[in-house]
Amino acid sequence: MSERRKATVGTRIGMLAYHALMLTISAVFLLPFYWMTISAYKSNAEIFSDPVTLFPDPIRWENISALLTRDDFPFVQQFLNSVFYAGTVAVLVCLSCSLAAYSFGCLRWRGRNLVFALTVCALLMPTIVTFLPVYLAWSKLGLNGTYWPLITPFLFGDAFFIFMLRQFFMGVPREVLDAARLDGASEFRIWWQIVMPQVRTPLVIAGLFATVYTWNEFFLPLIYLQDREAFPLSVGLFTFQSQRAVEWSVSMMGAFLTAIPMVLLFLFTQRLFQRGLSSTGLK
Amino acid sequence: MPDTNPSAGAAPLPRRNGGAGRGEARAGVLFALPWMVGMTLFVAIPLILTFYIAQTKFQIIGAPKWVGMQNYEALWTDPAFWTSARNTLVFAVISVPLKLIIALGLALLLNRATALSSFYRTVFYLPFLMPAVAGSVVFMLLLTPNAGPVNLVLEALGFNPPDWLLDPNAALWTLIMLSLWPLGVETLVFLGGLQNIPKEVSEAADLDSPRGWHKLVWITLPLITPMVLFNLVIGIIYSFQIFTQAIVIGGTTGAPAESTLMYMVVLYRAAFRYFNVGLAAAMATVLFLVVLILTLLIFRTARSWVHYEGGER
Repeated sequence: MSERRKATVGTRIGMLAYHALMLTISAVFLLPFYWMTISAYKSNAEIFSDPVTLFPDPIRWENISALLTRDDFPFVQQFLNSVFYAGTVAVLVCLSCSLAAYSFGCLRWRGRNLVFALTVCALLMPTIVTFLPVYLAWSKLGLNGTYWPLITPFLFGDAFFIFMLRQFFMGVPREVLDAARLDGASEFRIWWQIVMPQVRTPLVIAGLFATVYTWNEFFLPLIYLQDREAFPLSVGLFTFQSQRAVEWSVSMMGAFLTAIPMVLLFLFTQRLFQRGLSSTGLK
Repeated sequence: MPDTNPSAGAAPLPRRNGGAGRGEARAGVLFALPWMVGMTLFVAIPLILTFYIAQTKFQIIGAPKWVGMQNYEALWTDPAFWTSARNTLVFAVISVPLKLIIALGLALLLNRATALSSFYRTVFYLPFLMPAVAGSVVFMLLLTPNAGPVNLVLEALGFNPPDWLLDPNAALWTLIMLSLWPLGVETLVFLGGLQNIPKEVSEAADLDSPRGWHKLVWITLPLITPMVLFNLVIGIIYSFQIFTQAIVIGGTTGAPAESTLMYMVVLYRAAFRYFNVGLAAAMATVLFLVVLILTLLIFRTARSWVHYEGGER
């Protein structure tokens, strides 16, 4: 009896210690988010006040309108640019990558393994190694400064998402395809009407990942776009911060409003995100 | 990714049985065709052209002029090239293993079902969603010398904190520290591996040896080596290309005193500030070869330390 009680007390202390440790680690991970959020609603003076204040007093809601009305940081326009950029890439990724992923995952043809091996090589290739000639070609075409160079490649597919979707397509049972073939369905119909509905969730997962990656993409828009009105938020925030380094409360509000859409998107869809991660191809 | 043999797990190659098989083969090529075109246009041809441009003097305007190895010779004597190569190497060599160890520790901690498990998972994952620009700006504020909250607290506790990102001796180490924040992906990849370990294996290990360490070293770690390999390869490749955090924090000069000057930043300014595309291309080819050799080395050694379920591959 007393033995047993000792054991439960022991495990209870163990649990408490465990949660104390995990909550401490969580606090370290959350601190930058918290500090960004409260600083977004402080005045510049309060951000650097000594002693530090853990909560804005008063909460300066006017920081939001102050950010939205600046002409050296056209936030609304850049927000819409980011939505357009991320949304278009996400849709294109779902369409184009599912073609190749279906071919690699479900169909048998000569040379398939070679082409897939090349895809893995393309996936591991540092962007910059292929970037300069592509950049020069786009500037020859006179399309620098537009979103064409940023979006067009996704019409053809993307190695990472093909790799990821292939894992899911491989899970479609072969008997389903064979049965459809015996019924005389065309290969295109099998893909569109039989296989695609089965991978609906993975497609949403790929779309979500593509949205986050594109929203946070920095290097490509920095190089291709020159006009403040054309920037997505990542580049807009960088440009503002590097030119107006002392206006911390505006920078923080900008960072806050840039980060929050992705955080919300994730919180509403986290089950899907985690499924996507656990299947990024480790089998 | 650890799977260098792409056929594993997928359907076997077509048998020559005509009929349906031929239709399937044709469809296979057709469905993969857009991507094959894309790979040719955006990967294969540019890769070859980069090696060509690296041998020319090319200022974006005008035609490239053949100069042979001159760009590589210029790199050899360029102090910025060596500084940035050294910084990037230090960054990669320290931050990648540290990140893997911490991520593995967090995954081990996460690998039990409690009421708060999904909360912890979410928290560890969130930093990955933070745009790198926004994250870096927030850290610049947090770590401001004298007036920033971190230093105010440390000073109040009686410490003598460094100037972090403004101290040439500390800036690179601070950058490494900041790179450890977004480790949610690595953690969840490890966690996925831990959760795939069959219950029987784990319980049998508990019976054989009650010591936690033995189980970790001899049972758990070998079973998740594929995830270690995955995280290692991706981590190395990406950390050699660190750009966003470096340019937000150090600008194009790697302030303070070139201590955060990274390889990609030097490449960027060569191409897009000084319009010396030939030199930038030469830098890109050097990066390509270094990453290629490292990846091959890792995959080569992987045969002796990565354990795949189901034995030899």
